[in-house]
This record gives sequence, structure tokens and C-alpha cells, in this order.
Amino acid sequence: MFNTALTWSDLAFLAQGAAMTLAVTAVSVTAGTLLGILFGVIRVQAGPYWSAPLTFVLDVFRSVPLLIQLVLANAFQSIAKLGWAPFTTSCVVLSLYTAAYCTEIVRGGITSVPATTRRAARSLGMTWWQDMRYIVTPLATRVSLPSWIGLTLGVMKDSALVLWLGLIELLRASQILVTRLQEPLFILLICGAVYFLISFPIARLGGYLEKRWSPND
Amino acid sequence: MFNYTFHWNQALKALPQMLDGALVTLQIALLSMLIGVICALALTGFRLSGNRVLNGFATTWVEIARNTPALFQIYMAHFGLGNFGIHLSPYTALLVGIAFNNAGYLAENFRGALKAIPDTQTRAGRSLGMTAVQAFRYIVLPQMLRIAFLPTTNQMVWAILMTSLGVTVGMNTDLAGVTQELNARSFRTFEFFALAAVIYYIIAKAVTLAARALASRMFRY
Repeated sequence: MFNTALTWSDLAFLAQGAAMTLAVTAVSVTAGTLLGILFGVIRVQAGPYWSAPLTFVLDVFRSVPLLIQLVLANAFQSIAKLGWAPFTTSCVVLSLYTAAYCTEIVRGGITSVPATTRRAARSLGMTWWQDMRYIVTPLATRVSLPSWIGLTLGVMKDSALVLWLGLIELLRASQILVTRLQEPLFILLICGAVYFLISFPIARLGGYLEKRWSPND
Repeated sequence: MFNYTFHWNQALKALPQMLDGALVTLQIALLSMLIGVICALALTGFRLSGNRVLNGFATTWVEIARNTPALFQIYMAHFGLGNFGIHLSPYTALLVGIAFNNAGYLAENFRGALKAIPDTQTRAGRSLGMTAVQAFRYIVLPQMLRIAFLPTTNQMVWAILMTSLGVTVGMNTDLAGVTQELNARSFRTFEFFALAAVIYYIIAKAVTLAARALASRMFRY
């Protein structure tokens, strides 16, 4: 009834692609989150006036298509003779892209902690670091984590664009198979199913946490 | 470090061509939003209808749109539909892909907005003698549109950024496609794409600002 030329080694090829997607995502989200926390704290501490340049730069990363950013970064690294591999370029761009969104999430988390709570901490003799570490972090995490999960999934999905730089990730791997086997629908369905299986459970977890940790009820 | 001469002149000379491309980009984004909003309203209706088949259909659509990459959805429209003998041009495939994606995200926004309006208001409307349609039209809908307006404009910006994905399926008339074509002719990648980035940024900002101005006029009370 149903015939396909897809072999086990082709599936292994797809799995390699999926591993590449996950690797790019893991590196970018880790680096992007660390940068995002740093920038977020800077934005809150410096106030809107002094952090305006940072805000502008991060806003650019959110207002220019990721594909264009990737092409630009790749062109830049070859102009500057940095000799980066496509993997490095992709991770750098995706990290900055993640950081741009993460900054807003972190800022939102920090500003959601009532000023009175923080003043109470300081008046108990806590230092700024102690206030940040023991008061702000736990409270801000509750607010930020659901959006951060959403961001991680977004970056995972957007990482499909690195195929433009020649990196063989999940979507590119399936495209190669489509070209060879001429069974676009079947292979793309497998590809979509893999993305879905990675994304859906985590998205559900995010939705659950959002409901569970919602500060108003 | 930079053993490279920038040729901005070439890029600037191509500006009119790129601006034409930007118009196509805007056109696709607007069309995809229009189709997306209509589909999203239908999907929201399906989900509220209580019919299991319609609800399942809408939920499947929304979950697929939200849990797979937009690029995958465009590939699906361009390559995947070929299995059924449907061969879409890059323009149509891009439009279908983005509209599908928009509809999924917008349906979720609309549902959230509907949830934010207490049932008691509908009941109050009904007990004042309004019909179900009237209560929806005059009480629920205006508030829903107000709540959903900002997420919808965000989606519009997303749609503009997503149009750039068309270049991966061979689109050559929108901004990214035109830029890529110019780039293939001259290999001045950085200059052309930097200019394209500026144009995208300006479009995205203009849409955001216009939406904000519109919102402050529309939702004055």
C-alpha cells in the first residue's frame, strides 16, 4: 500500500539534522540568556535615559528579519577576515537575537518586583547583591520563566533559518532528502513532526507554569 | 583588519528597485494579515462552537502553526502541496505559509482576549433584552478588539519580518528577494543587505508607530 524510498540511514541523517538544530539552539539560548540577564539588569539600573543606546541596538535585532541578520553577519565575518565557521556565525547571531528578547523579559521580571519589597530588603541591611540574589531573583523568575520558555521555543523554530548559511539542520536535511527522493510531503511531515514533538510538550509546560504561577490568582 | 572597499554607491543606486521590493513585502504582509485575521476569527468561532470536529480542526491548526517553524510552513505550501498536484508560485506559497502562521497566532490572541471579558457582561446584556448577537456585537466584540489590538499589530510586524523567508523558496520580487538577486549579480552582499536591513527596520518601526497612533485615536474612551 504505502511505499517509500526512505531508508534507516536517511532517518539517521534527519536525526543528525535535528541534533544540529538542538545544538545551535542550546548554544544560542545559553549565551543569549546570560547576555539578556546582563543587559536586562543594566537597563533597569541605568534607567531609560542612559540605557537608550542599548535599547536601540537591541530593538534593531528585533526589527530586522533574522535571515537578513544572518546574511549580514556572514558577510561581515568574511569582510573582517574572522574566518568563522557557519556554525559560529549562526550561534553569534542567534545569541544576540535571543539576548534582545531576553533583555525585555528580564526587565519585565525585575520591574514586576514591587519597589517596596526591595526597599524593605535594603532597609533590613541587605546589600544590592543580596537584594538581587535573595529577593529579586526568586520573584522575577516566577514572572519571567513562562515567557523565557516561549522565547526558547521561538529560537528553536527560528534556528531553521541557519540553513541559509549552509548549516545542515533539521529542515535543510529534510530538504536534501526531498531533492533526492522526490517525496516532499512525506519527508516534510516527518520533519514537522520532529519540530512539533520537541516544541509542543515544552510549550504546554510553559502554559501550565504561566497558569500556575500567575501572580494575580 | 578591513582589506575591503565598501561600495555603498552601488547599493544606493539600486534603492528604487529595493523600494519597489519593499512595496511587495508590505503587500504580502497586509494580505497575509487580512487572510490571517479572517481565518483566526473563524478558528476562534470553531473553538467556541462546542462542536468536537470543528474544535479539533481549529486546535490542530493553531498547535501546528505555533509549534513548527514559519519556514517549515512555507516549505510545506511550496514543496509539500506538490504531492497533491498543487504547485504554488513562490508568491502564493509565501502568502499561504504566512497567512497560516498568522491565523494560528492570532486565533490564540483572540481567544485570550475573549477570555478576558467576564461572562457576566454578556449575561447583563442579555438580561437587558439584547439578543445573543447584539450582546456579542455591542458588548463583547468592541472590548475584544481593544484587547487584541496590540498583539495583532505585533503579529503584523512579525508578518513583515517573515516575508523575508520567501527568498528561500525562490521569491524574487519582495525586498529580500530583490536584494538577493542584486547580490547574486554583484557580490556586494554586505552593502545590499545592510540597506535592506535599514528598510526593514524603517517599515517595522513605521507600522508600530502607526498602530500606536491609531490605537490612541480609536481607544480614546
